[in-house]
Amino acid sequence: MSQMPRQAALSKCPSCAEPLESGDRFCGACGYDLSAVPPPPPDHPTLAMNGAALPDAPQGPPATAAEPLPAPAPQTPTAPPAAAVPSASAAAPSPAPTPGVRFDRAPEPDEYPLQAPDPRVTADTAPDAGPVPVCVACRAGRVDGDGYCENCGHAQPRERDHLEQEFGPVAAVSDRGLRHHRNEDAFALGHTALPDGTHATVAIVCDGVSSATRPDDASLAASRTACDSLVAALAHGTHPQQAMHDAIVAAARAVDALAAEPATAREHAPHQNAPACTFVGSVVTAGLLVVGWVGDSRAYWIPDDRSPAARLTEDDSWAAQMVAAGLMSEAEAYADERAHAITGWLGADAYELEPHTAAFKPDRPGVVVVCTDGLWNYAEAAEEMAGAVPRDAAVRPLHSARVLVGHALDGGGHDNVTVAVVPFPAPPQGAGSA
Amino acid sequence: MANFAKPNVPQFAVDVYQNEYLPEGGREVNAIVTVTATGGGTVGGAVGAPHLYAASRGPSAAVALMVDCSGSMDYPPAKMRNARDATAAAVDTLRDGVHFAVIAGTHVAKEVYPGGGRLAVADAATREQAKQALRRLHAGGGTAIGTWLRLADRLLSSADVAIRHGILLTDGRNEHESPQDLKAALDDCAGRFTCDARGVGTDWEVKEVTGIASALLGTADIVADPAGLAADFTRMMETAMGKEVADVALRLWTPVGTTVRFVKQVAPAVEDLTGRRTESGPRSGDYPTGSWGDESRDYHVCVEVPPAHIGQEMLAARVSLVVPQPGTDSAQSLGAQGLVRAVWTDDVAASTSLNPQVAHYTGQAELARTIQQGLDLRKAGDRDGATAKLGRAVQLASASGNADTAKLLAKVVDVVDAATGTVRLKAKVAEADEMTLETRSTKTVRVKK
Repeated sequence: MSQMPRQAALSKCPSCAEPLESGDRFCGACGYDLSAVPPPPPDHPTLAMNGAALPDAPQGPPATAAEPLPAPAPQTPTAPPAAAVPSASAAAPSPAPTPGVRFDRAPEPDEYPLQAPDPRVTADTAPDAGPVPVCVACRAGRVDGDGYCENCGHAQPRERDHLEQEFGPVAAVSDRGLRHHRNEDAFALGHTALPDGTHATVAIVCDGVSSATRPDDASLAASRTACDSLVAALAHGTHPQQAMHDAIVAAARAVDALAAEPATAREHAPHQNAPACTFVGSVVTAGLLVVGWVGDSRAYWIPDDRSPAARLTEDDSWAAQMVAAGLMSEAEAYADERAHAITGWLGADAYELEPHTAAFKPDRPGVVVVCTDGLWNYAEAAEEMAGAVPRDAAVRPLHSARVLVGHALDGGGHDNVTVAVVPFPAPPQGAGSA
Repeated sequence: MANFAKPNVPQFAVDVYQNEYLPEGGREVNAIVTVTATGGGTVGGAVGAPHLYAASRGPSAAVALMVDCSGSMDYPPAKMRNARDATAAAVDTLRDGVHFAVIAGTHVAKEVYPGGGRLAVADAATREQAKQALRRLHAGGGTAIGTWLRLADRLLSSADVAIRHGILLTDGRNEHESPQDLKAALDDCAGRFTCDARGVGTDWEVKEVTGIASALLGTADIVADPAGLAADFTRMMETAMGKEVADVALRLWTPVGTTVRFVKQVAPAVEDLTGRRTESGPRSGDYPTGSWGDESRDYHVCVEVPPAHIGQEMLAARVSLVVPQPGTDSAQSLGAQGLVRAVWTDDVAASTSLNPQVAHYTGQAELARTIQQGLDLRKAGDRDGATAKLGRAVQLASASGNADTAKLLAKVVDVVDAATGTVRLKAKVAEADEMTLETRSTKTVRVKK
């Protein structure tokens, strides 16, 4: 790992002015994503919480309600304070995300000179990186410029360890899980008006392929590119299914481009592999539900009245191919150790890009659950997924996404977990503050 | 040939090679740290030919040449003559402006040039005077190397210079002082100047010469044939003239609860630095590396971290290069640093794979150790033990591509099959060959990239 040749584009963090080491991708003090330039506007209420406490959230005290405990201390996984969650906000193509509350919770109760916050939500607008951030693991050491504790050496939680976003009627949550050292999943949410005046919502979820180089960059690039592409195409009146197909192609190109970047060569991975990720996305309009996917990330249809739920995607995986070819029963195929080997992905080394798309016209309201295998490993069948989704998912999508992430973490959290919950049909009005 | 394009202060770069993945419960983190200095005066050390500074460029330096003048230097007489010539060649290699002195070593140390407890400043005239003085050198007396080093230290410290270096030549055992005296002299001189040591002929003690070089962070070698001395001295002096920055320390920061298992230089030669740590602050310590020119060295750092859960990541060590300021707690940082990480994973393929650099240097360190053990057993008369050890050494040298060491081994054992390490001890081994193998056993080769 060469520390020398990397050239940091910035000498200090644009957000908190912490001096940076060359090669840093995130600010060690505030977690600011240094790849996201120019700096986003000052207000980034990305971790919206909707005001309500979450009695049935997965675990932890209310302040960290929706968060798992990837770090030893029950501290917020979104690295220390200040600034924002730029990747999530940048993924949102339209401004005006919902005002929300942040989870960057300092350990001690803070002084509130003006107005006490809603007591149900103990999160606060963390101090502006004024005090030196303290290690979340040992609570004794300061955090150095590389994001490690100067006392116990533990890596500090990174911005992407836990991300939440609510955007209009859709919401998504992504979490590192309990067994992986970084979150290689990414999501992007979008919302746009169609030429006929109705609205469409977009949710994209990507799962970086761990055996590849820079999988986290691959998933981020794919999700953002696809979301931007879809929103732009839908606004121009492109048929959603065609738009989805084009978006997958655009995302694949974005991931391909990463393979040529010098940053890929810099990582001394034992086996150099082109960056790669899976893809699943959904577009919901007033009457149409379109899904598109490559790889083994999935979309499920969960009707509000709990009439039979359905899986909308067909995995590009070894097991799925075996079953489809009639060579093995589903039980046999999924019991095989090769079951989860994927046969399709976005990346420069993909054999052939086969974007799958499907369109549905559901006859009743419901939600689409768009997720990575980090979730569906713990709720594989459509009925199981339906059982895990709260009844009020359509009205409280963020809450439902948190519950689903909690379901995966309770099951073991062996992989990164990312879930987007998209109500169908798209509400006639736009992305008001939900 | 001076390279005027380069700035005078070398730029240090640190590269870390490791497999950061540990299995659940894993504690040991190994990393190879490659330190490269560029922009200094010469390509020194093990690689390439040095290119010299133009006169009066380069850092201020002082050099003491210590020449053995004990009675044995006259047997054969060519030895004394060659030593004189070699010293003259070294004096010719001195850059103008460098302070220098020549010391004649017997059971006492005598100043040969310039005398009077001073150092001369190299120019055409002083070089000529020094060579005249060398003609008056004659053999007679005993050997007490500690006294030579103490005189060199006294002379070198009289000049206010950046680089202090000694070159020591001996042909015999340190018979006229106790090993404790030599050890005390080395302890006193350590960190005050660096010193290369050479044994000429075959009547000297390998462990004494390598011990001097190791304590004073220089190189050790054998010059079995006195005729080869002049070339060797010239080379040593060129390397010394290329040094840019002295007293560089490898600073190792480790987190709370972490134990440093060892810190070894592994290229160009194996040198265990673990015991030479000086605490330099909370959880950090400095390991001396001596002076640097344009060169690259590799270090093997092994630390034991507290176990953590799957999915956790921590910084196991931070490696940087500093020049400690004597008498104060501060140190001048040389900029570059490297991070040694630990990431716990349940991916067995990731946690069980060996980093090729770590594997290579682990093998090279074992090679050096095995040769030493094999030769010790051979001297002790344990032929079976020696055969086993040297066989293993042949196998390691062959597998790692260390051709120089393999050649030296082949002069001590008959190699039946290098791949399996099957060897027979040679019935008759030239003393020079055995000593050469022992002296050079710590030389390593780098990983083929």
